[in-house]
Amino acid sequence: MHIVVCIKQVPDSAQIRVHPVTNTIMRQGVPTIINPYDLFSLEEALRLRDQLGGKVTVITMGPKMAIEALKKCISYGADDAILLTDKVFAGSDTLATSFALASTIAKIGETTPVDMVFCGKQTIDGDTAQVGPGIARRLHMQQLTYVAQVEKVDLDKGEIVVHRRSEGGVQVLATKLPCLVTMLEGSNVMRYGSMDDLFRAARYEVAEWDHKAAGITVTAQCGLKGSPTVVKKVFAPPARAVKAEMIKTEGKTPREVADALLTSVFAKHPKLEMEIGQ
Amino acid sequence: MSAEDQDQEQTPVAAAPRRGDGADLSVYHGVWVFVELERGKVHPVSWELLGEGRKLATHLGVPLSGVVLGPDQPATQEACDHAFEYGADSVYLMRGPVLTDYRTDPYTAGLTDLVNTFKPEIMLLGASTLGRDLAGALATTLATGLTADCTELRIDDETRSLAATRPTFGGSLLCTIHTLEYRPQMATVRPRVMAMPDRVPGKRGQIIEHQPKMPEEDVITKILSFIPDSDAEKAQLAYADIVVAGGRGLGKPENFKLVQDLAAVLGGDYGGSRPVTHAGWISADRQIGQTGKTIRPKLYIAAGISGAIQHRVGVEGADVIIAINSDPNAPIFDFATFGIVGDALQILPALTEALQERLAARKAAQ
Ligand SMILES: Cc1cc2nc3c(=O)[nH]c(=O)nc-3n(C[C@H](O)[C@H](O)[C@H](O)COP(=O)(O)OP(=O)(O)OC[C@H]3O[C@@H](n4cnc5c(N)ncnc54)[C@H](O)[C@@H]3O)c2cc1C
Ligand SMILES: Nc1ncnc2c1ncn2[C@@H]1O[C@H](COP(=O)(O)O)[C@@H](O)[C@H]1O
Repeated sequence: MHIVVCIKQVPDSAQIRVHPVTNTIMRQGVPTIINPYDLFSLEEALRLRDQLGGKVTVITMGPKMAIEALKKCISYGADDAILLTDKVFAGSDTLATSFALASTIAKIGETTPVDMVFCGKQTIDGDTAQVGPGIARRLHMQQLTYVAQVEKVDLDKGEIVVHRRSEGGVQVLATKLPCLVTMLEGSNVMRYGSMDDLFRAARYEVAEWDHKAAGITVTAQCGLKGSPTVVKKVFAPPARAVKAEMIKTEGKTPREVADALLTSVFAKHPKLEMEIGQ
Repeated sequence: MSAEDQDQEQTPVAAAPRRGDGADLSVYHGVWVFVELERGKVHPVSWELLGEGRKLATHLGVPLSGVVLGPDQPATQEACDHAFEYGADSVYLMRGPVLTDYRTDPYTAGLTDLVNTFKPEIMLLGASTLGRDLAGALATTLATGLTADCTELRIDDETRSLAATRPTFGGSLLCTIHTLEYRPQMATVRPRVMAMPDRVPGKRGQIIEHQPKMPEEDVITKILSFIPDSDAEKAQLAYADIVVAGGRGLGKPENFKLVQDLAAVLGGDYGGSRPVTHAGWISADRQIGQTGKTIRPKLYIAAGISGAIQHRVGVEGADVIIAINSDPNAPIFDFATFGIVGDALQILPALTEALQERLAARKAAQ
């Protein structure tokens, strides 16, 4: 069983600040983490490998420093890691990203055929949930998104059964390998890596691939050129035209403040008074 | 599958023409809304999108169409009728047993075929689990741009293109994204972000029917069973008329009871900001905001919530927003209707008490 897991290194959003004057994101000094949603997929891949044998290859497309994120995956127990890094990928939107990653996976498959690909449900920076389906389409793999549980994998028959979250319930789906899975958050808990894996990660040399290594000969579908979407404007949300009516609090008890609020609210929105307590 | 479809399947990336290649984008005409029909029911986000699509279509001076895929059953016809009543001028319909339950492949193939045949300039889908699964696949087969989770859609007069605005990561920022050289321009919008349009009962329009080409034998994924959620699991939060929410400012999980008490007296539901659901104070499906639920209540009360953009985009559709925050400079006061600068731990119980008394007085008067 050969499983490829796509992970992304993202800025730790809890620590991002916006520059108050220029309205730009201040990335400097912000620590990076593995996209939290990707860890559920990595853990599931590791479990399947432990169960069925084979190997897990982790890949990411990003700058050199993403090596750290890949090494972290090795320390969790992944077998191999590849960093896809090249100037031609700069400025990729989701369509161009899925092209680069799909090409890479196809190339990896030339050496050891790939049975499954795992992606995160979404990233916390791009947050589109598009890259997974994009890869599945390009590789003609069955696409299983929002998977809550992998019920069984039958390698001999090349079959897989999963529970997929859908609106109002869970679909139990059976499909054929190879397939692409995105795991739902909370579906498992990431393990602690063993001491051996920790040592291995410290010494592990991550392979670095450029577009040629990934088997891409024509770069028209890469980076900015291959990205249909264009970010035209980044801006802070405007305040509402009408300012909030502030309820005076000086010298008042909480109860007096509460009564003053209700009087103001119901004076302006009389219908609301009839709606409450229903 | 015909040879042509086969070809399209094998080389998905070549499907969409782009301006740079000398393709004529002006043949793409009209605004389409994907009507999400699953197990006999249409997701309300589809009607919300028809309401929004109407504004775009009017601005462009083009027709608005619903796109209905589903089984050969009365619910499918009903979905078409309702699409007209919520504003569609016409409906593109594709039905057959292969489309009975949602599966990525037959739906993606069907929609790809419809788009390539009838060429809409804009295609909107709900950002539900179904919509996101489908939109990501469809954008790839069409090789066009897709902007996810938009909070505002407009037409840029200069380029006649769709200006899709969405929150961007990390800070309090929004970004506007265009798809200039590819068609159709695709966007997903989460449920409750757009207002529900008025329904005009009995309004009808033209149905353009097109046959699905993918035979069941070609569909690799099979549905073994469906396990419906229990009622308890179906959080009604998104559709509640009154919502009270608490944030990290409440200090500790025990204090969350103050929020629940107030919600109970108001006859509403309760939720929280992301830190509060992440910390497990309340269940994850009660998170309000960009990565949680979007709500559109008549009344929203936020206590101890700072009002970060990811939270704001989830509540901006509320008619009245009351904010209680100890920091007079908290961003939540930038979009609240009424504000109280004070300690939520004191104000919340006082508010519950004051309302209880008013309700008791109302009852006594009846
Ligand atoms: C990709 C991404 C997605 C996100 N999605 C969401 C989302 O869906 N929903 C969401 O909510 N957030 C989301 N966030 C997080 C968001 O950016 C904020 O960090 C979060 O909303 C802050 O929660 P909070 O207001 O409860 O906490 P804080 O920011 O810590 O604010 C607490 C507030 O309480 C006030 N306070 C303190 N004590 C009291 C008191 N005694 N009485 C009254 N007020 C008091 C403080 O003045 C402060 O304003 C997302 C972030 C990212 C990067
Ligand atoms: N640059 C990248 N490198 C590797 N995997 C990625 C990259 N971008 C996105 N992914 C994968 O695609 C998933 C969905 O990403 P997104 O569409 O950005 O929400 C992520 O959780 C990752 O598994």
